[in-house]
Amino acid sequence: MAKKRIITTTINGREEQFLCEPRQTLLEVLRDQLDLTGTKEGCANGNCGACTVLLDGRAVDSCLVLAVECEGAQLDTIEGVASSEGLDVIQQAFLEQAALQCGVCTPGFIMSAKALLAENPDATEEEIRFYLAGNLCRCTGYDKIIRAVQQAATDRQATAPAT
Amino acid sequence: MRDFEYDAPATLAEAVAVFQEHNGRARPLAGGTDLIDHVRTGRLEPDVIVDVKQIPELNVLECSSDGLRLGAAVPCYKIYEHEQIQASYSAIADSCHIIGGIQIQNRATVGGNVCNASPAADASPSLIALEATCVIAGPQGTRELPVEEFFSGPGRNVLQPGELLVELKLPAPSQQSGSHYRRFIPRNEMDIAVVGVGAAVTLDEAGQLFERARVGLGAVAPTPLLVEEVDGLLQGQPVNEESIERAASAARSLAKPIDDMRGTVEFRKHVAGVLTRRVLWEAVARARGDSAR
Repeated sequence: MAKKRIITTTINGREEQFLCEPRQTLLEVLRDQLDLTGTKEGCANGNCGACTVLLDGRAVDSCLVLAVECEGAQLDTIEGVASSEGLDVIQQAFLEQAALQCGVCTPGFIMSAKALLAENPDATEEEIRFYLAGNLCRCTGYDKIIRAVQQAATDRQATAPAT
Repeated sequence: MRDFEYDAPATLAEAVAVFQEHNGRARPLAGGTDLIDHVRTGRLEPDVIVDVKQIPELNVLECSSDGLRLGAAVPCYKIYEHEQIQASYSAIADSCHIIGGIQIQNRATVGGNVCNASPAADASPSLIALEATCVIAGPQGTRELPVEEFFSGPGRNVLQPGELLVELKLPAPSQQSGSHYRRFIPRNEMDIAVVGVGAAVTLDEAGQLFERARVGLGAVAPTPLLVEEVDGLLQGQPVNEESIERAASAARSLAKPIDDMRGTVEFRKHVAGVLTRRVLWEAVARARGDSAR
């Protein structure tokens, strides 16, 4: 069996070290070893986006990243989105717009939306839909998700940024 | 997933040595968006996965008056965010922004897209249209070949055991040139191309005559194709519907698609013609500076 490696990363702002085999994906390590089960597995082949996390600020499918590739990386998962003061603007908007039913796709959508709004705070509806193309939902029909992202964009601009 | 060792060489020489040592049992890892899936499904069975992202030569991204150098490990997002590439090699920017979704584009690479050698790869038609050359390193040294000669069949490329694609080199575009890539898919995004067309044109100073034109076709043959006839058909011809229709007809004739769940032979040949027309017109608009881009 391949030698295990010790990998050091920063996850949601905290330094974390973990031991893993080369064949373990980031998704497997997050869920099975670090107990960060907010990130979901939907397809295991990079189509559904349920496993979306931010790697050095960029949205990626964690099912297609090997954990060993994350040495020195900054990771952001759904668990780091809310602060001690409360929900993030995006999470609040998802609730208010009823943008989730079963909720399995939701962490992935929120991570993608977070990346989108950081990059393009004034995204148009078309840009939002295109950006979120890598996140699939079987329950909602997407409309309310798009509205939630639009609301989050407006809310974010209306209030002073917290970070 | 299958058990494999992982290595991350810091130099090209080290990487070539590892590949040579494992003689076909080692696979390069750049973005991983194809490789990891293939290993998980058992389509590929490497003993060693060699992460090539630390190798400086594979991370080159240079746009100058000598042309464009695209390292094989440069991710799609860096390519489509690059202003000069958007302006002067816009077909490649089009391709990179359409491969999968954002999550894929943040990891996937044009080098990997080419090496994975899907007939429907989105980068290939653009690279063909823009006359890209593959730079390959191996135990015997470096060799180069036109990108359209890199593919040997569906999912197969001409790399020999021990060899690695290092970069794609593209010539500097002339004045009055423009390029575009578009594909037909049943949905709006995320699909695999049913037909993909990349075109690059150079016009005369007045923007009324074709000086050069190249068309690359994807998803309609076992490999991506260069529609060789097009340059001869369009050289010196006026930019109008008639000339462009002749190019579209050449594309239709060359296309040798199969019937599969994404489309029939008849449908794909028809769409190859339609798309060639549209993509050529958009390349013309960009050459003239008329396009929104």
